Amino acid sequence: MPQRALPYLLLLPATLFLLVFFLYPFLQIAILAFSSPEGFTLKPFQTMTTHWKFGTTLWNTILLTAIIVPIQLVMALAMATIVTKLKTGRNAILYIFTIPLGLSDLAAGIIWLAIFEQSGFLNSVLVGLGIVERPVLFLGYQNLWVIFVAVILAEVWRATAIVMVILVSGMGLIPKEYYEAAEVFGAGPWKRFLKVTLPMLRPSLQTALILRTIAAFEVFAVVVALGGTTLPVLMGETFNWQFALNDRNVAAAYALVILAISIASTLFFLRVLRTPKGATI
Amino acid sequence: MKRTLRILAGTTLAISMATLTAGIANAQVLFWSSQAAPVEETQKMREQVLKGFEGGVDFQPQEPGPFITRIEAEMQAGSGSIGVVGALHGDLSRYADNWVDLSGIDLSGIEVSPAFMELGKLGTSEQKYLPWMQATYVMAANKEALPFLPEGADINALTYGQLVAWAKNLAEQTGSPKFGFPAGPKGLKHRFFQGFLLPSYAGSTVTKFRSAEAEAGWTMFKELWQYANPASTNYDFMQEPLLNGDVWLAFDHIARLGEAFNQRPDDFVAFPAPAGPMGRGFMPVLAGVAIPKGAPDIEASKALVRYMIQPETQVATLLATNFFPVTDAALPAALSKSAQALGPAVTAMTSADDALPALLPVGLGDLGGQFNQVYIDTFERAVLAGQDLRQVLDQQAETLRALMVQANAPCWLPDAPSEGPCPVE
Repeated sequence: MPQRALPYLLLLPATLFLLVFFLYPFLQIAILAFSSPEGFTLKPFQTMTTHWKFGTTLWNTILLTAIIVPIQLVMALAMATIVTKLKTGRNAILYIFTIPLGLSDLAAGIIWLAIFEQSGFLNSVLVGLGIVERPVLFLGYQNLWVIFVAVILAEVWRATAIVMVILVSGMGLIPKEYYEAAEVFGAGPWKRFLKVTLPMLRPSLQTALILRTIAAFEVFAVVVALGGTTLPVLMGETFNWQFALNDRNVAAAYALVILAISIASTLFFLRVLRTPKGATI
Repeated sequence: MKRTLRILAGTTLAISMATLTAGIANAQVLFWSSQAAPVEETQKMREQVLKGFEGGVDFQPQEPGPFITRIEAEMQAGSGSIGVVGALHGDLSRYADNWVDLSGIDLSGIEVSPAFMELGKLGTSEQKYLPWMQATYVMAANKEALPFLPEGADINALTYGQLVAWAKNLAEQTGSPKFGFPAGPKGLKHRFFQGFLLPSYAGSTVTKFRSAEAEAGWTMFKELWQYANPASTNYDFMQEPLLNGDVWLAFDHIARLGEAFNQRPDDFVAFPAPAGPMGRGFMPVLAGVAIPKGAPDIEASKALVRYMIQPETQVATLLATNFFPVTDAALPAALSKSAQALGPAVTAMTSADDALPALLPVGLGDLGGQFNQVYIDTFERAVLAGQDLRQVLDQQAETLRALMVQANAPCWLPDAPSEGPCPVE
């Protein structure tokens, strides 16, 4: 076997998998979104954009992402910096931080539901301490912002660790010499972080941000568990159109919207956090 | 290929032979049913309900697809072996021309709900089917709520005005809202709007969707909603908040209230849904029995139909399927607690003087979900989000009209029959 063909052969299974299970369904969904019994149409998109919930849905999803991802980024940077500085117990701390990663997002949503419910842990504590007289309804339609905060908490709790893991491995790649040189020139810890760690971390930051942002646009199970249909998000509406309203075309149109903003954000991060040519470690 | 053909031919032959011999040897009436399809119910129907019928019954419950296919096939053939068809009103109304007139059947000594008998005529002068069994939605209250009833109100003949006053009393005098409504993601809120609120106020579910009368109904509901427990948007089954005391007064499907009565029968009462200006709108889930014109032995089929509405059969059917009698059959003491409590409320509602049945949607097919969403959206926008009611009704009416045209569905009760798709005025 010629040596040159080997890498392609090794990549073949993964490529086939992607073609069959990602590209093919994607093409089908794209066709669905533009089709009707009469042929090509823009009607699914029209139905989607004129539906009264669409604006709220899009806004909620973008707002959630815009709040969750920066919080996670800052927290993950802090956590990763601490972890890399540790001499002992580094692995133990890493394991503890990554426990929520092992949970499905629905399970995470249910855990936070158990906290915020009317008969949940938070209410039990508040009543037990005598702070409130009777259990408070936190997750009602009247306090949309509480549901919002609960979703943010659950998402931050659940998915910050994935960002941290990527950053920890990225930090491990930065050569010690840079820090030593910076120290020689009198840079303090903060300056070293800003001038050495952050720039050198670009590739890892890029990966982590792309992964997290795409996942944040697809937020679904946590929102459903905590807010039912009270807080509509794009993924939830896709599900609703597919299964409750039995309209696959509009559901496909929603899926394409999610895809479009995911691609847009990916391109954005690829551009903004690109590594300048020749500036590799 | 040849081999497959031979196997196919052989199988077909064997099946037709079997059917033929069964047809000759079997003088039993074939009862073709879309109801009681779960195995336990089927077994109870055969062993407890139909066993007493002289001449024997072959009870065959089916999934919706095969159920319709065979009825249509026998209709086209002009003759068949089905003796009696048991189905929901919506299915029976699709084939009105196919059923034998049952008005000659002797009903002496049995009082069948007049509203249901009228439905069974399917808009003709003939009795196309006889009511068989029913389920519906009722109100339930914690007995602690009874002292707060507004003065002069009869719990069995409430109006929506009195319901609002009652909910208001409860909210103001107990310190927190005590009315509960199944507005959760899986709650049956849309059935309340389609079958109770709009019929009671506008006498219509579809045609007068955006009328001033409908607007009055929604305005009343908005007022009622002020006294509803805000957690209502999380309730799917009202039996749970009733049992834990968060709610003292609630509306729901009888199957979703049952557990409250089974667990603490002495703490709750069930009663009919309130009445509005146009009457006591309610949504019956009504099943009936009909006889196809091509039935092999029409006299035997008529005997079976008559047997189905006898008091003992009606009670046995309740035990087998949890669907309630359509007659005045006395319920025995051995019934489950929930059946004992809910049964009289159902009877009081369906046989009330001002009873106004509003049917489940007919002929919408898989657009049923979007039809429901029109009512859910109206609720979420006008009541939850506080958008302008008039504007919401106008916009949702457009969606509703497009849906009816797309489904090409004619009106169903309480809307007046229509040529072509049901109009939205």
